[in-house]
Amino acid sequence: MSLMNKLLATSALAVSLSFASLAAAQDYTPDPNAKPGGNIVITYKDDVATLDPAIGYDWQNWSMIKSIFDGLMDYVPGTTELRPGLAESYEISPDGKTYTFHLRKGVKFHNGREMTAEDVKYSLDRVTTPATQSPGAGFFGSIAGYDAMADGSATSLSGVTVLDPATVKIELSRPDATFLHVMALNFSSVVPKEEVEKWGADFGKHPVGTGAFKLSDWTIGQKLLLTKNADYWRAGLPYLDSVTFEVGQEPIVALLRLQKGEVDIPGDGIPPAKFTEVMNNPDEKKQVVVGGQLQTGYITLNVEMKPFDNVEVRRAINMAINKDRIVQMINGRATPATQPLPPSMPGYTKDYTGYAFDPAKAKAMLAEAGYPDGFQTQLYVMNTDPNPRIAQAIQQDLAAIGVKAEIKALAQANVIEAGGTPKTAPMIWSGGMAWIADFPDPSNFYGPILGCAGAVEGGWNWSWYCNKDLDAEAAKADSIVDPAKQDERLALWSDVYMKIMQDAPWVPVFNENRYTMKSARMGGSDDLYVDPVSIPVNYDYVYVTE
Amino acid sequence: MLAYVFRRLVQSALILLGVSFITFLLLYVLPADPVRQIAGRSATPETVENIRRQLGLDQPFVVQYGRYLAGLFQGDMGRSYLQKTEVAALIMARLPATLLLMLGAIVAELAIGLSLGVLAAVRRGGALDQSLMITSFVAVSAPQFVVGLLLLYVFAVKLGWFPIGGYGHASNLVLPAMTLGIMGSGWYSRMMRSSMIDVLRSDYIRTARAKGLGRARVLALHAMPNAILPIIAMIGIDIGIFMSGIVVVESVFGWPGIGQLAWQAIQRVDIPIIMGVTLVSACAIVLGNLLADLVTPFIDPRIKLR
Repeated sequence: MSLMNKLLATSALAVSLSFASLAAAQDYTPDPNAKPGGNIVITYKDDVATLDPAIGYDWQNWSMIKSIFDGLMDYVPGTTELRPGLAESYEISPDGKTYTFHLRKGVKFHNGREMTAEDVKYSLDRVTTPATQSPGAGFFGSIAGYDAMADGSATSLSGVTVLDPATVKIELSRPDATFLHVMALNFSSVVPKEEVEKWGADFGKHPVGTGAFKLSDWTIGQKLLLTKNADYWRAGLPYLDSVTFEVGQEPIVALLRLQKGEVDIPGDGIPPAKFTEVMNNPDEKKQVVVGGQLQTGYITLNVEMKPFDNVEVRRAINMAINKDRIVQMINGRATPATQPLPPSMPGYTKDYTGYAFDPAKAKAMLAEAGYPDGFQTQLYVMNTDPNPRIAQAIQQDLAAIGVKAEIKALAQANVIEAGGTPKTAPMIWSGGMAWIADFPDPSNFYGPILGCAGAVEGGWNWSWYCNKDLDAEAAKADSIVDPAKQDERLALWSDVYMKIMQDAPWVPVFNENRYTMKSARMGGSDDLYVDPVSIPVNYDYVYVTE
Repeated sequence: MLAYVFRRLVQSALILLGVSFITFLLLYVLPADPVRQIAGRSATPETVENIRRQLGLDQPFVVQYGRYLAGLFQGDMGRSYLQKTEVAALIMARLPATLLLMLGAIVAELAIGLSLGVLAAVRRGGALDQSLMITSFVAVSAPQFVVGLLLLYVFAVKLGWFPIGGYGHASNLVLPAMTLGIMGSGWYSRMMRSSMIDVLRSDYIRTARAKGLGRARVLALHAMPNAILPIIAMIGIDIGIFMSGIVVVESVFGWPGIGQLAWQAIQRVDIPIIMGVTLVSACAIVLGNLLADLVTPFIDPRIKLR
């Protein structure tokens, strides 16, 4: 059941004029085989930068922060369905602009103090204060008083009001259908004021939350130990006594150690060079869980640069790329894409088949557009495997229709810089920097990467495509807060992405699958190992069988 | 002597200042924006600008560099852009691991290099000598990434003699120290060989042999100490070579030293960390060279420092 249908179902019970959600209306069914106890070892190549939920925004710390902290909202494990977190229930006003959250009582921070509505307000003020330098501050733009926070003229969000110790009211300046998702982001985690003030900028190394695990040891550059929060408010969780994260481990070394039984989950996945070997070994293949992820790999065509300003040229390029072959090159670790949204995202248009691979027709279209002999261009790409190889495949496909693309393989930061600089990168292959959704909602694939807001210097809309009509349609979709009208909202979003495909600022190439490898002793539903939100796994719900 | 040391220290300080300026300038003109790394992909332009302002990265180069230097003179290396932790604390947490690795590498390169050098000198011109010299040539030229993975695969994965990466036990140190030291051992074996050959030709060795001393005794007591001396002075210079090697070796073996810290910081354009590690490494190189120069007159009294 999709997230929106779920909201629909729960709000069928809506009381009076407001849309209400009741706690425990939906949730995860506990695993009857789960055994408490044990420790698992997870490895990462890169160090964990910070565990401050207002700041942490990378591959390693996202799921760790999820287990140490809680926000008002949360997701049913292994799914994209929202469920209440620290809020026991909530009400949305009919105009969609006021959210009232009723907090769970008796929830304690790891330091023993009880969490209250004041903490919720403090946490939202903290994440939106410029001094915090939160990369996620912009997510809170719809809360009333955000602008005054952003420009420094206020020190507290005027839209957030504590009604009583267990109730907090959040007023928005505009209806925002994604607001509950925002409340489930790590950036919305509730933090205790006294600990933040005690540690200052070092709070990220001494995190204190309400989550299932607490940080008990951190040896910088070596390992982190999370231990079970015995007072966790979700009864019976977590199953594991502790989780050890070892950092500085090359993926290939992590795999060798997993084979020796020293590691339970290599956090960076199976190294590409070893993928075929692992999948051809029946015993090892059993240890791999395959799932989708909210990700699309794409080629951006800079609509501000000739000849990509011509829509016919962009369509021709869309027909020239052999996506199946690119998927083969990465050992079938992906599915060819037809549109910007990945298939598991609500709003995905199922019956749309995309541009067919047809080089002859593409060549004819180019000729008609005034380029019978093709043209010269540049393809920017991140310089780590397999991206340069994929770029070469794209280069060959383009050569077949007469387009000579020079490959510019650069470090990630340099590609990002070029993409966000006007009239610099005619084409970019997004691999290694591709968009992975922050939350499972179609709006998250639009604004920053395809909307006018992202088509600015330093933005992430690298095709510089800006269509005011679509921006208006997107805004209209996101103002539909009424859960009963969610189908209408998703239909609008589907329409937005179909119009984008008409204008063809992107070549959607593939949706990468996720392959999580785990040790044989790890238990729990496969969904937990390809959790769309807690990546790589949801530590609160997995367990060991020995 | 004191005047010499003082002059060299002043020189060293100027070199470090120059290193800091060049590194800072290179990072400034680098076509990669640290703010965008901090802000991530979902940040609004106003969030990006706010972070830029908070970090003072909207200021001109001179102001930024001036502020950095001013902090440095007060012993403040700044805070990491991404981790928000003090750079000095991050480096101090990792420095012991790097020093341990370097010490291990020095032991490894001397043990391998000197013994092979002596062996080759004694059997000069023979098949053993030639094969050893070819081996040392390969050792000098082999990329450390390849050597590291090779050692890891053979001795840790296949034979299981050592753990696969990691830190904390003596057994963890062997493979990374070998990897880092193997290049130096190639140099040392060649130098030791030529140094030994020189010594073995000298009159006092012939005298020692002539007065009836055994071959082994002559080698161990008369030839080796004299042949080693000029080589010892080289160790200080090794520190500079190691500094470039630790980035690779620490990454392969998951060794929690400053090389790994630097590598990760470079990926994310975390300028305060890059600056900090660069300065600490430069310091080590400068001091290593200084030490090498200061030790030389003690080893060979014919050399005078001026």
